[in-house]
Amino acid sequence: MTVDAIIVGSGPGGATAADVLTRAGWTVTIIEKGRNHLLDPENPSRLAQDYSNDEIKFLHRHFLGPDPLIEPRTFRVSEDDGERSYTGAVNSIPSTVGGGGTHADGKVPRFRPEDFRLHSTYGPIDDAAVADWPVDYDELEPYYAEVERLIGVAGSAGANPFAGWRSGPYPMPSGAPMYGAVLSSAAAESQGLHPYAAPTAANSVPYDGRPACNNCGHCAYFGCPIHAKGDPVAMLQHALGTGQAELLSETFVSRLRTNGREATGVDVIGPDGVERTLGARFIVVAGGAIETPRLLLLSGIEHPLVGRHLMMHFQTMNVGIMPQRLHAHRGRSVTHVHDDCMLVDDDARDAARAAGLPWIRGGLVEHGGGGHPVMEGQFYPWGPSHKKLMAESPLRDRLWAFIMQGEDLPQATNRVDLDPTVRDARGFPVARITFKPHRHELVASAHHGPRHIRVLEDMGATWTATTTSPLVAGATARSPFGDGATNYRGPISAIPASRHVMGTTRMGTDPATSVVDAYGRMHDLPNVVVADSSVFVTSAGYGPTLTLVALAARAAAALVG
Amino acid sequence: MPIWLNDDEFRTLSAACGRLIPTDDTAGAVEAGVPQYIDGMLGAFLVDPPLIWAGGPSSGRFGGTDGFSRFHRLTALDELAWRMRIEGSLGMAEREFNGPVVGWQQIYRDGLAALGSDFGELSGEEQDARLRAGEEFTTVLYEHCCEGMYGAPEYGGNRDTVAWAAIDFLGDVQPRGFTDAEVSEP
Repeated sequence: MTVDAIIVGSGPGGATAADVLTRAGWTVTIIEKGRNHLLDPENPSRLAQDYSNDEIKFLHRHFLGPDPLIEPRTFRVSEDDGERSYTGAVNSIPSTVGGGGTHADGKVPRFRPEDFRLHSTYGPIDDAAVADWPVDYDELEPYYAEVERLIGVAGSAGANPFAGWRSGPYPMPSGAPMYGAVLSSAAAESQGLHPYAAPTAANSVPYDGRPACNNCGHCAYFGCPIHAKGDPVAMLQHALGTGQAELLSETFVSRLRTNGREATGVDVIGPDGVERTLGARFIVVAGGAIETPRLLLLSGIEHPLVGRHLMMHFQTMNVGIMPQRLHAHRGRSVTHVHDDCMLVDDDARDAARAAGLPWIRGGLVEHGGGGHPVMEGQFYPWGPSHKKLMAESPLRDRLWAFIMQGEDLPQATNRVDLDPTVRDARGFPVARITFKPHRHELVASAHHGPRHIRVLEDMGATWTATTTSPLVAGATARSPFGDGATNYRGPISAIPASRHVMGTTRMGTDPATSVVDAYGRMHDLPNVVVADSSVFVTSAGYGPTLTLVALAARAAAALVG
Repeated sequence: MPIWLNDDEFRTLSAACGRLIPTDDTAGAVEAGVPQYIDGMLGAFLVDPPLIWAGGPSSGRFGGTDGFSRFHRLTALDELAWRMRIEGSLGMAEREFNGPVVGWQQIYRDGLAALGSDFGELSGEEQDARLRAGEEFTTVLYEHCCEGMYGAPEYGGNRDTVAWAAIDFLGDVQPRGFTDAEVSEP
């Protein structure tokens, strides 16, 4: 049987494409290599009951996948490291029905108009492939508005003075602000910053048949037990509800089948281990910016830019220990953010010039609290001080952090390719990531970090520190408790912790400098459409989800005409 | 009664856990059942379904169903992953597609043996010296101690949620959640 479209990957991009295509009457098969813990397999209009407030399952036992023993990835900073310096978990966005949307805490900012025109606005930077996108904000705005309604986004229009124009309000008002964010917003404002309620894909009121968030506090890294997070469950439910879509979970796509300039279908391995071929008129690839190029390379698609220009946000963490408890384990994981570090103002230009760069841009700064108690315990030393520290909780209940998701410039040398020897459990070569930040990211981080230390001190912090991910060469992470922290040792510290992965099949109008066109269609295989953040030309400093979802909606709309 | 370790190993394990997270005016690792958590993890496949992932969406502690007590069934790939992690590859080709894997069972057998069969009779200072001497094993043990201490009680540790009570943490709160005021106010 040949369907209209096979969609590889059930995350935000694939789910959105499925929704748009089935609404137009297309038949689609959604293929997901991970398990289905999101929808009731018998009746997808009902939601599964598998998610829970369980730190062991979600943070320490790979419940949402990928399990690094079964689906490892490898990493190296550069070819100087040899074939690889690390094998294991590298940027493990969930491999499960719903993809990265299941574990995200749901911050879904839009990009701003200039984010699509970096080259024409600010000009080139040496050793970086700074370029304009083939689509601009005005063209994307209607899709931003549409997918905010589809997902269900809570936000406050006008609260961010630097935002692009909007054709309408957010579908829902913002949810309850965290106590810590009330304090940090006031302190940030007194330092001239402009914090605002983060646009969030967690229901503040009942929406689209799903309940309002009940503030359970197990948000980032957890699946939502009551399905108050809309991304991408809403789109999957809509698509499956039409009767036009089929969902195959635990099914791995090992190859795109092609005939000349046309794809004809995919080879898959099902949960029973049996291989078969499925046919389709169109293939939508939405495996994420690491698995999408891996599949194209496994399929023998030889465009020289496939896998190149991988971008991962450069995180700068400014943390402070407060005298009082902030109970950040209640409510959403992050309720406030600010855009000030995205601005190329006089200070940023001066800092850039002093470092020999034409300009620098930081990224969105998230106001957030500490994590969960198992993780916290592992940060303290063992012995008599352990329980005293756990009770006083400097690194959880009294921690406050400003995390900047710094714009990472595209570099052709930062890439995904196939590891020469490491295999997944099914026997296929795994993705190898070669990645080193550009000097721009280090300069932007050093420029914007200290400002947030002053905000933390203004909040009353008794201890502050700055660290980054990836860790800058030569730097060591400071811990207030000696060598308790184990997370910053060895080659793993060079792996970016941000789950914001982008690039690898960049879009553009020229087949010599891009892999896909402005609608995600591969130049060399026009019936293959990439519908995830692989198509990003530059990384801005915002979480990629809403933009990749808007692009997926636009790409799918173009397919159905 | 341990389900996977032998009685001597379990005694050494309990003494070691007691040094990593000691007992003072509140429960330490031993009273919280951390040794039982670790033993249950090492013997996860002696139980059906295996003690890997507790179910959802709630535990029943704040209303709702007691879904945590029903563990998930594993797929063939899940089982492969967790048998590799716990049992190691044991020379089996289907577990060695990237080379041999040493499992937690071996790590614990060797690590507990290195602490010595007399470990339980030593002074606290002598026990700490041996734990420091075997740093690699102690790092693994401490990570698991923290899981057993502060994870959900359905996994065998954190007995009667004593560890959460000691840090003023409610743990899993579905379906109750928190009110907006509890989120936004001090």
